[in-house]
Amino acid sequence: MTAWRIRVNGTVQGVGFRPMVWRLARDCGIRGRVWNDAAGVVIDAWIREDGLDAFLQKLRRETPPLARIEDISCTQLASTGTAPDTFEIVESGQGQVQTNVAADAATCPDCLADILDPANRRYRYPFTNCTHCGPRLSIIRAIPYDRANTSMADFEMCPQCRAEYEDPSDRRFHAQPNACPDCGPRLWLEDRQGNELPPDSGRDAIATAARLIREGWIIAIKGIGGIHLACDATCDTAVSRLRKRKHRYAKALALMASDIAMIERYASMDAAEAELLRDMAAPIVVLRASGQQLAADVAPGQNSLGFMLPYTPLHHLLMQELDAPIVLTSGNRSEEPQAISNADARLRLKDIADAFLLHDRNIVNRLDDSVIRMADGQSRMLRRARGYAPEPIKLPRGFDIAEPILALGGELKNTFCLATSSGRAVLSQHIGNLEEPNTFADFRRMLALYQRLFGCSPRVIVIDRHPDYLSSQLGKRLAEENGLELVGVQHHHAHIASCMVEHGRELTSARVLGIVLDGLGYGENDELWGGEFLLADYFGSKRIARFQPVPLLGGNKATYEPWRNTLAHLLSLPDVQQLFERHADLPIIEYLNTRPLTVLQTMFDKRLNSPPASSAGRLFDAVAAALGICREAVHFEGQAAMELEAVAAPQMPCQERHAYPWSLEDNTLVWAPMWHALLVDLQKDISRAVIAARFHHCLANALAHTAAGLCREQRIHTVVLSGGVFQNRLLLERTSLLLREKQLEVLSPHQYPANDGGLSLGQAAIALAARHAGSRAALE
Amino acid sequence: MKKGTVDMTHGSGGRAMAQLIEELFVRHFDNDLLRQANDQAAFEVDAGRMVMSTDGHVISPLFFPGGDIGSLSVHGTINDVAMSGARPLYLSAGFILEEGFPLTDLERIVVSMAQASRAAGVPVVTGDTKVVEKGKGDGIFITTTGVGAIPAGLNISGDLARPGDAILLSGTIGDHGVAIMSSRENLEFETSIQSDSAALHTLVADMVTAVPQIHCLRDPTRGGLATTLNELARQSGVGMQLQESAIPVNPAVNDACELLGLDPLYMANEGKLVCICPQHHAQKLLQAMQAHPLGAQSAIIGEVIDDEQGFVQMQTSFGGGRIVDWLAGEQLPRIC
Repeated sequence: MTAWRIRVNGTVQGVGFRPMVWRLARDCGIRGRVWNDAAGVVIDAWIREDGLDAFLQKLRRETPPLARIEDISCTQLASTGTAPDTFEIVESGQGQVQTNVAADAATCPDCLADILDPANRRYRYPFTNCTHCGPRLSIIRAIPYDRANTSMADFEMCPQCRAEYEDPSDRRFHAQPNACPDCGPRLWLEDRQGNELPPDSGRDAIATAARLIREGWIIAIKGIGGIHLACDATCDTAVSRLRKRKHRYAKALALMASDIAMIERYASMDAAEAELLRDMAAPIVVLRASGQQLAADVAPGQNSLGFMLPYTPLHHLLMQELDAPIVLTSGNRSEEPQAISNADARLRLKDIADAFLLHDRNIVNRLDDSVIRMADGQSRMLRRARGYAPEPIKLPRGFDIAEPILALGGELKNTFCLATSSGRAVLSQHIGNLEEPNTFADFRRMLALYQRLFGCSPRVIVIDRHPDYLSSQLGKRLAEENGLELVGVQHHHAHIASCMVEHGRELTSARVLGIVLDGLGYGENDELWGGEFLLADYFGSKRIARFQPVPLLGGNKATYEPWRNTLAHLLSLPDVQQLFERHADLPIIEYLNTRPLTVLQTMFDKRLNSPPASSAGRLFDAVAAALGICREAVHFEGQAAMELEAVAAPQMPCQERHAYPWSLEDNTLVWAPMWHALLVDLQKDISRAVIAARFHHCLANALAHTAAGLCREQRIHTVVLSGGVFQNRLLLERTSLLLREKQLEVLSPHQYPANDGGLSLGQAAIALAARHAGSRAALE
Repeated sequence: MKKGTVDMTHGSGGRAMAQLIEELFVRHFDNDLLRQANDQAAFEVDAGRMVMSTDGHVISPLFFPGGDIGSLSVHGTINDVAMSGARPLYLSAGFILEEGFPLTDLERIVVSMAQASRAAGVPVVTGDTKVVEKGKGDGIFITTTGVGAIPAGLNISGDLARPGDAILLSGTIGDHGVAIMSSRENLEFETSIQSDSAALHTLVADMVTAVPQIHCLRDPTRGGLATTLNELARQSGVGMQLQESAIPVNPAVNDACELLGLDPLYMANEGKLVCICPQHHAQKLLQAMQAHPLGAQSAIIGEVIDDEQGFVQMQTSFGGGRIVDWLAGEQLPRIC
C-alpha cells in the first residue's frame, strides 16, 4: 500500500467529480478520501502497488460531462499512517472554497430517458436535471454554488429528492437544481392578460403550447437563460407576424428542431457540424440551407440556417409534439436584451406573443443562445454565451498573474474578461450593445457577479481607447473611484492578442503579422481603423500596412446606409467625374444621382462629420450597395456584408482566376483598380454572384500578397486573421489557403469570437504582458 | 468712417478710437448711462439677489441665417442671466477687433446688437474696444456680461432636479447648430434653416410667474440638449428618461441631420430652454410656455428618474432604449 495525494485542477467542483472519484475508488478497492479545496479536488488514496496509473487513467477517462481537468499532480504522502477502512467524500473543511461555476448544459441522455419513461416519477417533468446537466450559471446568485445561493432556494426538496441529493452513488448527488414534480418548479400556460390557460383535455401545458404553435400562434417560452419567442418555422404568416411584432426585419431567426434528421430536411451538415449540434452546450449552429424550404422570412438574404437541438426537458417535450422546426428567437423587441422574468415577459412581450409558457424558477442571469459556424475546418464561435460561459481559459505559459485584471471589452457585442490570480481568464457571456440601457444595467450586474463567483477583486482595469465607448467611460470611473490602475489597449491589437491567447501562444512568443478587418476601431493618432496589418506580440503593436482610408460620409450613418460608402469610394477615385458619366445608366449611379450630391461632395471634401476610416467593413458595404444589396439601409451592422457573402458563395470556385485587380501603394491597399473593373462588369450585365465572388477573391489575393511581402521583410512566419469581417467564411477560407500556400502559419479565432465579443480577452492579455514588460524591451 | 477697415489706431486710445466709439457704439447703443461717457456704469438696484453672467462669443460665420455675432452676443448673455429666473437689467460689451476687419461689417454687427438689446429691453451700458494685429484674431470677438435681479421666492439651480420631476423643452432643437454649419460650409439644403437665436427672458418671466416652484432652467447651447441634460443629471445626482417622439425637431433640421449623420440632440441651440419642475406643476407650466411666442412648440419630453449612474436614457421612436451619453468631443463614430 502506498499513500498518494492526488490533486486535480480545473472545473471539477459542482459537476459530480467527487462522486465519480468515490465510485472509481470503490471499484478499484482504493481507500482514503476526497474533498474540494480552493484550487480544485484533492484525493488521499491508499493504493496497492502499481494501481496508481490505472486509477489516474480511469479518472481522466470517466470524467463527468461537465468537468474539465486542467492538470493532475501526484505526490507520495510522507507519513502514510494507517490506511482508512473505507473511501469517503469529506466536506471541505476550512478556508474559502473557490467553486468554479460550470456552464449550463443540455439535458443528458439519462435525464431524457427519465422524462420519457411513463414509469419514472419524473415522467414529462420539464425541470429534470442531474449533476451532468441542467442550469448552472443561469440560476446562481452567489458562491459557493449551493442550492441556497441559486434561484432553486425557493423550492425545498422532498424526501425522495433529498435522498438522491445525499447519496454519493446517485447521479443527483449534490445536484443543486435537483427537483421533481412533487417539490420543484411548476410550468403553466397563460394568455396575454395573465390568466392561466387550462391545458387541452388529457394533455399538459407543453402539449397545449405545441398545438397552438401548430395553429400559427406565437408563444413566449421561458427557457434556461431567457425567454424565447416560438412559432412554426414553416408557417409564412406566423414568421412574418413575429418579425413585424418584434420589429426585427432582417436578421436571421434561430431555429430548433427535434433531432438531426429533422434538421437534415432543411439544411446539410457534415460530421463536425452534427457533433456541434449534439454538444452539451447545444449552440445554434449555422448550416448551409438545402432541401425543403422553411418560411421565406426565416433567414432572408442568407443561404444558411441557424439550428439548435432541444436542450432542456421542456424543449424536448415540446418538440416531441411537433413535426416541423420552430423559430426560437430571443424574447424581446429588436435591440433590447432578452426578457428573463415573468413580469418582464408579460410587460414587454404582451404585444408580441399570443400566449406565454412560463414557470416559477427564476432566471437570475441572462444567457443568450450561443452561435457557432464551421469555417476553414474549424468551429467558429460567433456569439459565446449559454453553454460556454463562464468556462475559464488557462492562460499560456509566462502569464504569471500577480494581480487580478478586469478588461471591459468594447461597445457592441460586449463581453468582459476577468483574469484571476490562478492564471485563468474568464470571459463573460455575450452581454450585447451597451448603449441599450437594460443591457448596460446587465453589464454592471454581471461585472459584480463574476467578481463574486471567481473571488477576484481587480487591481487593474483595461479599456478600449475609444473615448466614447460606455465601457471605457465606466472603466475610467471605476479606476478613479477605487484607486485602480487604468490601462488603455488599442482595439485591433486586442483582437490579435485574443487570438494568440486561445492558440496558447506563450507570453514571449515571436511576433506575428495580424490582419485585422472589422467595421471600426479607434486607432492611433485619433484615426479610425478597420483594415489593418499590424506587427504584433503581447507587448506591443505597430501598423505596417493598411486599407486606403475613405471618409465615412455622415459618420455612424455610413454604417447604416451602405450607399454612402459606395459614394465615398467612388469620390476617392481621381476620375470620378468620368465614371459617373460613363456609367450613368447603371442602377447604382442612377441611385447616387438622386442623392443630394452637392452637399455630399462638400461633406467629402471638407471631411464634414465624415472622418476617414480604413474600414474593411465599409468596403464590403460599398461593394454590396453597388450590386444593389442593402443599397439604402441595413437593419443591423454587417447585414450587407453577410448578404454579399451569401451571393458570392456559389461562384467562388469558378471565379478564382478572375479576381479583380488591386494595388499596393506605400503599404496602403488601394481599391481603385477593383472599382474600375467592377463597374465595367456591371456595365456588361455580369451577374451579382460573379461580381461578388470576384471581389472576395480580390480581397483574399490582396491580403495574402501583402501579408507575404510583409512577412518576408519582417521575417515572420505566423499570420493572425481576426476582426468581425473574418466571420465571412469565404474570405477566411480563401485567405488562409493562400497564406498556407506561401508557407505561412495561420491563426484565427475559434473558441472566442473574431468580432468584438473576443476583444476583452486580448485586452486582458495585453495588460498582463505590460506588467511583465520590465524584463523585455518594448516593440521597436 | 463707414468705409475702410479697422486699423491699429482704432485701439490706440487716441482720436481715431474716440471717433469709433462715438460714431458707432454710443450712437447705436444710445442710452442714458452710456451717454455719461464714464469708464463704468452706475445704477440703482433693488434689494434681493443679483445675478451676473459673462459669455465670450466667437463664431464662424459672423452672419448667418437668423442672426449674427452681434444679436447672438446679446441673446446669449441675456439667456444665461435669465436661466436663474432673473430679470436681466444691463449688459456690458467688450470687442476685440482684428486689424483689417471691414468697418461696414462692424457697423452691421453693432446695429444688430443694438436692435437686439433694445428689443429685449436690456441696454448695453458700458463697453470696451481693443484692436489686435492682423492674424491675431478672427475678425471680431465679442464678450458680453449681464446683470439681473432675481424675483423673491425663486430657487432655481442645476442641482435641484429630483426623481419624478418633469422635463420640459421650449421648442425645436438643433436649428442653430445646423444653420451655422450649413452657412459655414455652404451646404445647400432645400429649405433654408434659420438659427433660433432669441432672448428668452420674457418667456422665463412668464414661466416663473406661473410656476415659481421651478427646479432647474438651462439653455441647451453648445453640446445641445443631450449635453445639457447630462450636466443637470450629474449636478443633481439623478438620471433622466426621455421620449424621443416628444422632442420637437424642425423637419428641415431633421433632414439635414439625417444627411449629415449628425444627431440633433447634440446640436447647439440659442433660443431654447430646458426646464425641470415638480410633476404636478408640469401642465400649468407647459400652458404658460406654449402661450408665449418663443415657447409655442414647448413639450414635456421626459422625466427625472432615480439612477446612481446619472444616465440620460431615451425611449427611441422605434420603442427601444438608448443611453444618451455625454460625448468626449465631436460626434465620433463608434460602431464596429
